Amino acid sequence: MVSKSDFLVRYPFQSNKAKGGIRMFKKLMILGAAAAMFAATNANAADFYGTLAKIKETGTIVLGHRESSVPFAYIGPEGKPIGYSMDLCMKAVEAIEAELGMDLKVKLVPVTPQTRIPLIANGNINIECGSTTNNLTRQQQVDYAYTTFITGTKILTKKGSGIKEVEDLAGKAIALAQGTTNERAIKESIEKLGIKNVKVLSVKDHAEGLLALETDRVDAYSTDHILLFGLIAKSKNPADYEVVGRFLSFDPYALMLPRDDSAIRLVVNRTLAGLFRSDEIKDIYNKWFMSNIPGSQALMVPMGDTLETNFAVQAFPK
Amino acid sequence: MNYNWNWAILIEVPYFDWLVSGLGWTLLVSALGWIIAFSLGSLIGVIRTLPSKPLRLFGMAYVELFRNVPLLVQMFIWFYVLPELVGEDLGRWMKRDMPFPEATSAILCLGTYTASRVAEQVRAGIESIPRGQSMAGYAMGLTTKQVYRYLLIPVGYRIIVPPMTSEFLTIFKNSSLALTIGVAEVLYQARQIENYTFQGFEAFTAATLIYLVITMIVVFITDRVEAKARIPGYGVQGKT
Repeated sequence: MVSKSDFLVRYPFQSNKAKGGIRMFKKLMILGAAAAMFAATNANAADFYGTLAKIKETGTIVLGHRESSVPFAYIGPEGKPIGYSMDLCMKAVEAIEAELGMDLKVKLVPVTPQTRIPLIANGNINIECGSTTNNLTRQQQVDYAYTTFITGTKILTKKGSGIKEVEDLAGKAIALAQGTTNERAIKESIEKLGIKNVKVLSVKDHAEGLLALETDRVDAYSTDHILLFGLIAKSKNPADYEVVGRFLSFDPYALMLPRDDSAIRLVVNRTLAGLFRSDEIKDIYNKWFMSNIPGSQALMVPMGDTLETNFAVQAFPK
Repeated sequence: MNYNWNWAILIEVPYFDWLVSGLGWTLLVSALGWIIAFSLGSLIGVIRTLPSKPLRLFGMAYVELFRNVPLLVQMFIWFYVLPELVGEDLGRWMKRDMPFPEATSAILCLGTYTASRVAEQVRAGIESIPRGQSMAGYAMGLTTKQVYRYLLIPVGYRIIVPPMTSEFLTIFKNSSLALTIGVAEVLYQARQIENYTFQGFEAFTAATLIYLVITMIVVFITDRVEAKARIPGYGVQGKT
């Protein structure tokens, strides 16, 4: 049995004079190795720090992507993630390659609403390309680039369900994806408006939420209104569904980045501001929102004044 | 790693209450699941050792079906697929009016899955008893029912207490899969806390500790049971 006091007694023994010489030698070795490593990283990643230095060192950039967020980031017919956010991310990757002066290997990692924030926080992924709302609570753990899309919470239901507004959920069942801002928005609305007897089913992601609605397990599903259009377009009978109600939340989307790392944020933001300035963003927007997209019908959601203003405001000069 | 640690989140309102209610669901789902698992598993286990061939086949089919399909898939089938197969009225009742549809599905799923594993332990216990004993029973004029009632089952069950302990532990840990169909158990609540506060590491540490404490309490209790149930002369402990 080794007690705590044994450690206390033994420790000074180990640093007695007999072992002092060896210890000194070890220290020098460590110091030397550390110096060598420092010199090596310094030469490799001159002037870069944080995420950029790490990307340069490994020659790999890791992008996190969603799998069923149509048309932001979803798995296309070829089994690869595609979408509006993916396009923007790839532009950012090009800019990072130019900044570092090297070609990078792009590693794609699927994320879910639950995993995306820890994965950015612990550095496993460098940029998240999906449909993530930028809010201040999340900014305690992660950082965001400029806003790339603006949406809000609405309700998806089958035609003829009698649900027109959130108030009509009384006595009905709704599925909500755990970990989304919409889950909170709906629950807060229910509480604030005192809507009675609402049954909430927690689902893992949008696909499961649509499944619950398709099989009549619930009367409604809720997420950002633009994603609801994406779900309708991907469903078996798009004509059966409708998006109803007023906006229950304000959800500005942005690419998610590691916190406390303004260097990589600058590169990404420089890319985005460039796209916003040159109107190239409109082409990318129209490609994903106004025309047929791989694996689903066209969403036909025009840009709208709010989003256009958002792009204009964030088109910072060089 | 850029992370703001905040352990105080775990005792804040309402997060602490969430964890407590999660613990309640974990215990409820596991305990009810175990009741199904133990009774159904015993039945199937005994059936697998009976002289009747059709019954033995049925028992084998049950075990192989439930033991060989991943539990996660079974959860999904119980919750999403079964209501579609049982006809419109019953399906609708299962989806809407059944009390706590998620928890009920999870309990049935955990119970029937664990039953297949319990059945194997029971069978192993009964089969480990030397054939001479049941033959002696028959020679004394006991019926099959009596051989089981007075000979095989009392001895067999006492032999399998240790492996049964690990099945009992496993059901607590497996109950965490119920979150995939929306049961608000401990792990679900940990995720929920993460979603609200983005303090995921603290929340999952708390969940880990809760599971550890539950399983340690279970081990403590079953150790006592094991000591009491041990048959002198049988098994590793009783080398004679």
